Parts: sequence; C-alpha cells; structure tokens
Amino acid sequence: MAEMVSAGFRRSLIIQARVIGALLMREILTRYGRHNIGFMWVFVEPMLFTLGVAGLWTLLRLGHEHHIDIVSFALTGYSSVLLWRNAVNRCNLAIAPNLGLMYHRNVRVIDIFAARLILEIAGATISLVVLSLFFITIGWMNAPVDVLTMVFAWLMLVWFSVGLGLVIGSVSERSEVVDRVWHTITYLMFPLSGAVFMIDWLPRALQEILLWVPMVHGVEMLRHGYYGEWVTTHYNLIYFASVNLVLMLVGLILARQTQLRVEPE
Amino acid sequence: MISIENVSKVYGTRHGPREVLHDVNLTIYRGEKIGILGRNGAGKSTLVRLISGAELPTSGHVRRTMSVSWPLAFTGGFQGSLTGLDNLRFICRVYGAPIGPAIPFVEAFSELGPYLREPIKKYSSGMRARLAFALSMAIDFDCYLIDEVVAVGDSRFHEKCHTELFEKRKDKAMIIVSHNPAYIAEHCDRAAVLYNGTLQLFDGVDEALDSYHAQS
Repeated sequence: MAEMVSAGFRRSLIIQARVIGALLMREILTRYGRHNIGFMWVFVEPMLFTLGVAGLWTLLRLGHEHHIDIVSFALTGYSSVLLWRNAVNRCNLAIAPNLGLMYHRNVRVIDIFAARLILEIAGATISLVVLSLFFITIGWMNAPVDVLTMVFAWLMLVWFSVGLGLVIGSVSERSEVVDRVWHTITYLMFPLSGAVFMIDWLPRALQEILLWVPMVHGVEMLRHGYYGEWVTTHYNLIYFASVNLVLMLVGLILARQTQLRVEPE
Repeated sequence: MISIENVSKVYGTRHGPREVLHDVNLTIYRGEKIGILGRNGAGKSTLVRLISGAELPTSGHVRRTMSVSWPLAFTGGFQGSLTGLDNLRFICRVYGAPIGPAIPFVEAFSELGPYLREPIKKYSSGMRARLAFALSMAIDFDCYLIDEVVAVGDSRFHEKCHTELFEKRKDKAMIIVSHNPAYIAEHCDRAAVLYNGTLQLFDGVDEALDSYHAQS
C-alpha cells in the first residue's frame, strides 16, 4: 500500500509538472504573443518599471539626506514591490478566464495559480538580477556586500507573494468585493511596504507600527544584504516567516475549497 | 474500469442548495459501451462532468483505472487569441502526448488548412467544432465521453467522425449521454436512465428504452 501511494504520488507530481508547464506556455503566448520580443516581456516589463521609478526617485532626490545611493535603493525597494504586487495581481480573478480549461481533469485551480505565480516571480527576479548586474557593471551601483542574505530575503519575499497570491486568488473567486478592495490595498501598501524608506530613518513610534507590515521585513533584510553594516536595518525573520507560514496554509486550504466549488463552463 | 460509487452532487443556487444527482452508482469496464438516457435537466451533463473529473462530487467517489477523455468535441476550452495549433500543443502537453504526430493528424482530420495557424476567434462555429473533434481524436484514451449526439459539420464530415470514433475505436469504452434513444440503441451494449437525479440501470438497451419511453 505504501509503495502504491508513493508511486501514485510520483505520477501525480509528473502530471502536475506537465500541466503547469503547459499552462506556462499558454500564459506566455496569450499575454505576450509571438510579436516583437515575445516572452522577453516577462522580465523587460518589470525592468522598464524599475528603471522608470529609479529615474523618478533620482529626480526627486529621495534618500538624499540619508546619503544613500538612489539607484540601489530604488532597485532593492521597487523590485520587492513588483514581486508581491504582480504575483498577487495575477492570481486575483485568475480562475474565471480559465474555467474552460478545467474540463481537462488534471488542470486544477492550484496549477493555474502556480503557473501565474511562477511567471511573475521569474519576471521580477530576472529583472532584479539583470538590472543589478547592469548597474554594477557601469559603476552606478556597488556590488552587494552579502549576496546570500539578499537571496534569502528574496526567497522570503517570494514565499510571502505565493501565500498572499493563493489567498487573494481564492477569495477573489468568491466575491468581487475582494478585487475592488485589493486594488485599494495595493495602492496604499506601496508606500508602506518599506520600498520608499528605511525603518531606521523613521521616528520610533512609526517604526513600531510599520514593523507590523510583513513586506517591510523582507525589504529591510534585502537591503541589509546589499548595504551590509553600512546601514542599520530592522527586521524580524521569525515574524516574517510566521506570517508567511499562516498565509501559505490558509492559501492552500482556500485553494482546495475553491477547487471543490469550481464549475467549469 | 471506472466506478462511480454513491455519488451525489449538490449545487448552491439563489434558492438554496439543489441536489442534481442523488446516490448514483455505475461501473464501466474496458471496452464497454454504455448509454445514459435522460430528459433535459435530468442531470446528464453534471454526470458527464463528474465522470470526466472536471468537477468533484459533493459526496461519494469516482474511481478511474483507465484514462477518460474530456467530453468529446467540447469547444469551451479554447483560448480565442491562440491559434488552433497552439491549442493542440496545449492539449498534448496537458495529457503528456507527443506533439509531433498529433499535428499532421489534426491538420488532415480537421480540414482547416491554413486556418489551423490562425487565432481561433477568427473561426466559424463549424470550424471550431471540427477542430474540437479532431483534438479529441488526437489523444488516445481508454474511454471516450460523448455528451449528446456527435453531429459535427456537413454530412460527409459527420461520416468521417463516425468512422473515426465508432469503427477505428470500436474496442474502446464509451459513455454516451443523450436524450436520443435511437442513437443509444445504435451504439450501446447497455443503458441506464437518469430520472430527476437518480440513475436506474438496466441489463439491456431495450429495457432502458422502454423505461425511458414509459416516463414520458
């Protein structure tokens, strides 16, 4: 029996990988098509966004009084926003346009979320890496102090995005209120997510409030990895991991509930 | 084998929960052709969705030890902005079938010519139906699910579908769901009647047809 279960599990994994692969290809084709640079838009689009924001912040002389270099500040901050915002936005209302596909038994709610999450996470990650390498090469940015901490921080942000994506994706299928409210929340969360400030610059009372915002911990840690001891960062890994764990668990349960409710066209 | 065990399906509606299928039991063996008769609203399409696995039962189990197709010639799963060929690739990837041999087959069978490389939103409904049928035939299944009479295209194309399905695949299991007794009588070894969400099984097709007629 145990052998049967594990063989069944391996088979299921193979099927799942196959389905997610098929959905990924389809997603890339429907979103970017075969015209001009095609699938490269996956990371060119977030790159353009980040470049725009970096330019704008340079003009606004953001962080100037803290003697922090704007390009790296914008890159670490805005990339983090792009990661969770795009990942969650793509999960939002992801099921309805794909209902027809669910006629194929192996195409499940979780696969649709997974394909979209993978695409957005890959896009944001490639954008961050390519832009960093580019700016480091031309000398507009220093090389990071501790790449490993940055990778770890990024993975924590990825985990957060996946958890929140599953939650928002599942509940948006139940009520259209979620879609409307989510956009407001994203808009408000952008300035609060730690992208435009460092916790250390803020007054004590504000620090305590903002440290309740989960993404702040990821961005602070990312910057800790990049700037090293040169800046003072405030983050609590245990808190961020706990939030992620809860989001992930709730997200998976909700995705399963959604699967039971879903009625293909 | 496909076994449907004590399956019930309840849908939530504006007027509260509505039970569409009640305690349905059915077993389909390899190579068997079984017909399911039912009037409009009897729960036929729901049963097809549950057998195909597109939806899950509210209670009970559907077990499959053979591969089951999606409902034949189903056109709802297409992405309009993608070409027929892209949709074919998607389906091959989902079912783990090689894409190489499927392309010439669908090209020849669907008779879409250069339109196979055009977005599906440019297709007429007849073209869509031809593509859908060709796609269903491009993947090899142990059991085919047929929801209503397969009448695709003109009479010549109809004939071609008939040959492809009932002659070339005559050793395959088939579940044919229909309100047309003549179609069931022509193709099935055994039949059941779905009446208000409950399924009544008969040993022969004739008994099922008699019961179906008696209900009307």
